[in-house]
Amino acid sequence: MSELFDLPSDLQNSYLGLVALHLRIALLPVLAGLLVALPVAQLCVRLRWLYPPVLWVTTVLYAVPSLAFFVVLIDYTGLSELTVMIPLAVYSLVVFVPALVDGVRSVPRETLDAATAMGFGPVRRYLQVQLPIAAPAVIAGLRVASVSSISLVSVGMLIGNQGALGNLLNSGMIYHQPRLIWLSVVGTAVLAILVDAALILLRALVTPWMPKGAAR
Amino acid sequence: MNVLHFVEAFFSDSAHWHGYDGIPTRLLEHVQYTLMALGIAAAVGLPVGLLTGHTGRGGNTLALIATAARALPSFGLMVLMFVILGLGLAPVMIPLVVLAVPPVLVTTYEAMRSVDPAPVDAARGMGMSEAGVLLRVELPVALPLILSGLRSAAIQIVSTATIAAYVSFGGLGRYIVDGLYQRDYEKVVGGATLVAALALATLGVFWAAGRLAVSRGVRRSG
Repeated sequence: MSELFDLPSDLQNSYLGLVALHLRIALLPVLAGLLVALPVAQLCVRLRWLYPPVLWVTTVLYAVPSLAFFVVLIDYTGLSELTVMIPLAVYSLVVFVPALVDGVRSVPRETLDAATAMGFGPVRRYLQVQLPIAAPAVIAGLRVASVSSISLVSVGMLIGNQGALGNLLNSGMIYHQPRLIWLSVVGTAVLAILVDAALILLRALVTPWMPKGAAR
Repeated sequence: MNVLHFVEAFFSDSAHWHGYDGIPTRLLEHVQYTLMALGIAAAVGLPVGLLTGHTGRGGNTLALIATAARALPSFGLMVLMFVILGLGLAPVMIPLVVLAVPPVLVTTYEAMRSVDPAPVDAARGMGMSEAGVLLRVELPVALPLILSGLRSAAIQIVSTATIAAYVSFGGLGRYIVDGLYQRDYEKVVGGATLVAALALATLGVFWAAGRLAVSRGVRRSG
């Protein structure tokens, strides 16, 4: 059984080490994307005219293939994790901005008026009324962003073994060991599904008022 | 900006415009992969999405399948299929279809569920058959959302088809992968620009399709 997870030494990592690396490369950008998307989405909600151009810009960025992003970034950030992370952050931004804008906009007018009448300032209203109501939408965005981010990291293999679990793909090809390729593909998929399940759990925790099992 | 400089150098080099490695050939290959994968994904996703959306059953199963499909790494899947099946179109098509089915399936389902029930009930009350309700009432109202699902699937295919070059396939990814190995950034940036332009053109096509296919009454209310 333990032989199944034996890796060629040129990968310089154990299987679990690669898994940890994969999680770090995939999830840090998602977090960064969320942090950038929060103020951007708030601006788009405030200034309605800003939303269509922002949507256009993010859609265009989404259209650039990750591989092309990586290669162009090599000039600036070298063959490093950062080169892989920046495009992933950009992609998750694309997912988050519409999710956040729709979420915050879905807050009923009456609820906002009630909060204002209770003397909530704009900041408090945003943090205590709008964000909690938008939470399911935010977590839906988080799920899509992290799952696709995890599956995209593998492409980083092409720029000099920066793809964590994806690095196994190349070694599998070089040493004619399909076992390594299976380890990479199944490992990545299982990782993505586990993170997705964790986020579903998180949603149940942060939105205790939602009926159980009703939302997808 | 040196990126712009690369773009200019790539496109002004006339050697890039002819032969089997020319821009027209590669562009055509890329469009072929995209249309084929999108066609298969639509043939799978649309009927299933329409039917489950119409009956309102199986939404949870659908979401589960979509998550599982999204979790599969396209690049890894492509390499795996290449190792198992060898050289051929299947190793490229399978990951692209797996990538494109979830957005089509989920958006179609959501679109059908979000149709206002009042006109649907009215159509039933007028004695329309179930097929009539599905095709002549629900589908036209759901069409804008369905198109947006197809659009995001198409864009993901366009941008992901580049990795097909790693398993010795053609398409615009050839420029990016070859350029990467040859340390020829002009080629890489040129290829990336072409892919982005193709994706934008895809957006344009879907915008036009929406203009043509969505009935005016639906567009006004939406």
